[in-house]
Amino acid sequence: MAPLQLEKQRGRFAALAIAAVVIVVGIPLWWKTTQTYRAWLPYSEISELDTLRLQLSVDVEVVFSRGTLSPEQQKKVPLSHVSEKEHEVDAKTGLRYRFETKYRTATIMEEDALNQPTAAEADLSLHMLTESACGSVVVYVIPESSSLLPKDVNVYVGQRRTALLRSTPVRDSWSLKEVLANLDPQVEQVVNTMSFSHRDIIAALSDRVRLTKVTKESMADSMRAIKSSPGYEITFSLLNPDPKSHNLHWDIEGAVYSYIQPLLNKLAPIANFSVDSQILYYAVLGVNPRFDNSMSAYALRADSLSHVINPVEARLGSNAASSNPVLNFLLYVPDANHSPLFIRDHSKREVPSNAFHSPRWGGIMVYNVNDMYGPNAQLPVDINIDMAKVMGVFLAQLRLLLGIQHTHPPPGFMLQSPGNAGLTDWELDRLLWSRSVENIATASTTITSLAQLLDQIGNIVINDNIAQQVSSAVTSLQLAVAELEAGNLAFALQYSREAILASERAFFDPSLLHLLYFPDDQKFAIYIPLFLPMCVPIVLSLLKIVNEARRKRADKQAKND
Amino acid sequence: MQTSPITKPGTTKMDYYYLFTICTFIYLVVFMPSAYSNDVEAKASQFFSSGHTNNWAVLVCTSRFWFNYRHVANTLSVYRSVKRLGIPDSHIVLMLADDMACNYRNPKPATVFSHKNMELNVYGDDVEVDYRGYEVTVENFLRVLTGRLPPSTPRSKRLLSDDRSNILIYLTGHGGNGFLKFQDSEEISNTELADAFEQMWQKRRYNELLFIIDTCQGASMYERFYSPNIMALASSQVGEDSLSHQPDLAIGVHLMDKYTFYLLEFLEEVHPASQANMNDLFKVCPPSKCVSTPGHRTDLFQRDPGSVLITDFFGSVRKVEITKETINLMSPTEALIKRSGNAALQVESLTYVDQLPVAQIIHQKPKQKDWHPPDGFILGLWTLILLVFFKTYGIKHLKHIF
Repeated sequence: MAPLQLEKQRGRFAALAIAAVVIVVGIPLWWKTTQTYRAWLPYSEISELDTLRLQLSVDVEVVFSRGTLSPEQQKKVPLSHVSEKEHEVDAKTGLRYRFETKYRTATIMEEDALNQPTAAEADLSLHMLTESACGSVVVYVIPESSSLLPKDVNVYVGQRRTALLRSTPVRDSWSLKEVLANLDPQVEQVVNTMSFSHRDIIAALSDRVRLTKVTKESMADSMRAIKSSPGYEITFSLLNPDPKSHNLHWDIEGAVYSYIQPLLNKLAPIANFSVDSQILYYAVLGVNPRFDNSMSAYALRADSLSHVINPVEARLGSNAASSNPVLNFLLYVPDANHSPLFIRDHSKREVPSNAFHSPRWGGIMVYNVNDMYGPNAQLPVDINIDMAKVMGVFLAQLRLLLGIQHTHPPPGFMLQSPGNAGLTDWELDRLLWSRSVENIATASTTITSLAQLLDQIGNIVINDNIAQQVSSAVTSLQLAVAELEAGNLAFALQYSREAILASERAFFDPSLLHLLYFPDDQKFAIYIPLFLPMCVPIVLSLLKIVNEARRKRADKQAKND
Repeated sequence: MQTSPITKPGTTKMDYYYLFTICTFIYLVVFMPSAYSNDVEAKASQFFSSGHTNNWAVLVCTSRFWFNYRHVANTLSVYRSVKRLGIPDSHIVLMLADDMACNYRNPKPATVFSHKNMELNVYGDDVEVDYRGYEVTVENFLRVLTGRLPPSTPRSKRLLSDDRSNILIYLTGHGGNGFLKFQDSEEISNTELADAFEQMWQKRRYNELLFIIDTCQGASMYERFYSPNIMALASSQVGEDSLSHQPDLAIGVHLMDKYTFYLLEFLEEVHPASQANMNDLFKVCPPSKCVSTPGHRTDLFQRDPGSVLITDFFGSVRKVEITKETINLMSPTEALIKRSGNAALQVESLTYVDQLPVAQIIHQKPKQKDWHPPDGFILGLWTLILLVFFKTYGIKHLKHIF
């Protein structure tokens, strides 16, 4: 009996040992090896970013020149004053606008500068004195009787960040507070024109906040400007449908260098630009223009313009190496049989620029050359295209498409033209404000949706590089929001650009593809053939041991009794 | 306009009559033109009512093998309509799982017909297939939709849509209740598709999406969608099969599926300026013609389907604005000439790199290849060895070998 007993004992120990190994070693090993690698992500900070509370600070300086204040009122100046406005856009987004206004009197050099004969020269000499920081606004208050501004103009907005404001009549008996209270609405109007208005900021937040009630104009505005992107590609194309008659020459390199490049250099903080050009021969418009007897010229109706672009677009090439959005500018020289060609708007009137543009795509200009040669000229005629005129139109279209909105200033305002730079400093500031807010909004939604996605789907592998991108995006976002609060617009834009680059890289990383949708029954179907044959003997032997132990105890009990 | 009941002495009813006519005339002259211009404004503003500025199309055929000719013909006919209505190739991602036009069983090579008697060749001259053959996989399809492509992917293989793009997605192949078969070896489920669309929505990669599927039990594929702005059409309900249209005896296979055949017929009538809307599309192929019951789903779509034009998804009608402002630029004279002078000096003559070094190839010495014994030699050698062994030691050792 003893060897049998020993054998049974050994068997019991063996079963117990195997069960122990399976439970203690096997199950943790299986759990560890089938785990997907998920690097740590700052989930708490990301959920904090979900609610966006932005504060935009603008530094405003109001300078009183000689003759605007009485000596008594002047004594109380300099002083500073902060006004804040809060807006709750929706449950998760809040905005606060902080205007810090400093009042002071003009220095002697500024007075000299303001003594210039015209407002433009005054603006230039004022600019030579001080360079105002990006995002700030300086308003010079000039006496009511000053001849610097024309009669019906109250405000002159210069090329940089300064404006000249004609003071309203001030009574000497007023205290400084009353004078300032009288002046504040006008200063606010100037600041809204030169930095940002609530409407612009709301439009920039369109990624986060889908507004159901939008005015037609604001929707047209938001559809026209191209979305914020790290880089843009600008292509200039010359379409020559009739090379037999016209031999066209355009100095595109020189034109881009003198007219377009200054604008792109100024916009360098916003994005990288690459410019290329091409010439397409035998490219026709998809629409047949009709001969108009009243003008004795061919006319393109406004409704047919939308069908012009598609046939041409098929033939335009683009840079295959980059995924940046492309802005196309086409210059079409009509063939000799259909010259001259004019564009008519909806009210059948001629369009002076002879050009039209399509939101987020680019622009087309029709350039008539029929008056450059007589009927007896020898074909093909050599024609030099006047690039200044062409670039004037393309530059205006480029400004619109890049998001430099039409400003509709209140009545009594006069805006100085941007000149050869193509862009005034305060227009750039407006663009920087809306771009920073747009970048911050987009980056925060990207990061929060990515965190939600990774949380929901437990099967996705999170590599270290993704975790690093997410962390750097979160840091950049926090810095950008802080810089906006402090009022440093240039730094805020830079950080917001870094944030959006990092968040897009993390979101669109190719390794984040959740392909494997495992419903539970499929999981069972995989594991059962592997584990069941192994587990059944173990479980049965354990049951046998337990039954035997119970029987032994029952026997012992019976024996005791 | 009220006339005072008190009459002045000397006036008669006729005076009031004249007053009334004059007032009506003034009203007509003053207010009617503004009403007319409002109408023009309204028509101009209708341009902006749909909220999209560009169109994309993702057309996928998921079956391979010659007898699935009809699926390739389906996809190519939608491709043809979409191109005809204006969407350029750069905005179309065409995925064909097999090459029917150059299949060795095709009696008319380089053609794919959609109608018997070979009336309509949908392959044409300028087809641009972006994903072909074995590249059409579930993974690539989801990568295209979500944008998670490796950085080396060229532009033509990407879906570069933004928040103002209307996207048309057309899938065809063999499907079942809740799945669509890709390449006879894998499948995509309706939850995966719905999740992919949700990720597209999170990243605002579309403005509105039109999803058309022509497979058996196609309606099951759009059951699980939960993202906004999606409209879906399917060729058959759950439990029904989508049937093919007609075989061609010369080619030997069925050429098209019924639903897409009638869809193509409908789209051939549409031109870029037509005002046909989605309600007409829902009526394409009623059960009397299609045998299966086509279904559609519009609860996630915000606009009323009757106001959605066909060309909003199938065509590419651009929004256009007249450029009203220009910038006055002065032509720079000296600086320009100076700069162009410098440039002329620096330009060096450019030559092509030698594409095929013919001289090198001709005069090349033949490469030293390793010497191998002739084929069959080794086999013969072993046979000889075995024969000798058995001859010497006898046949009884054979059982140790085998």
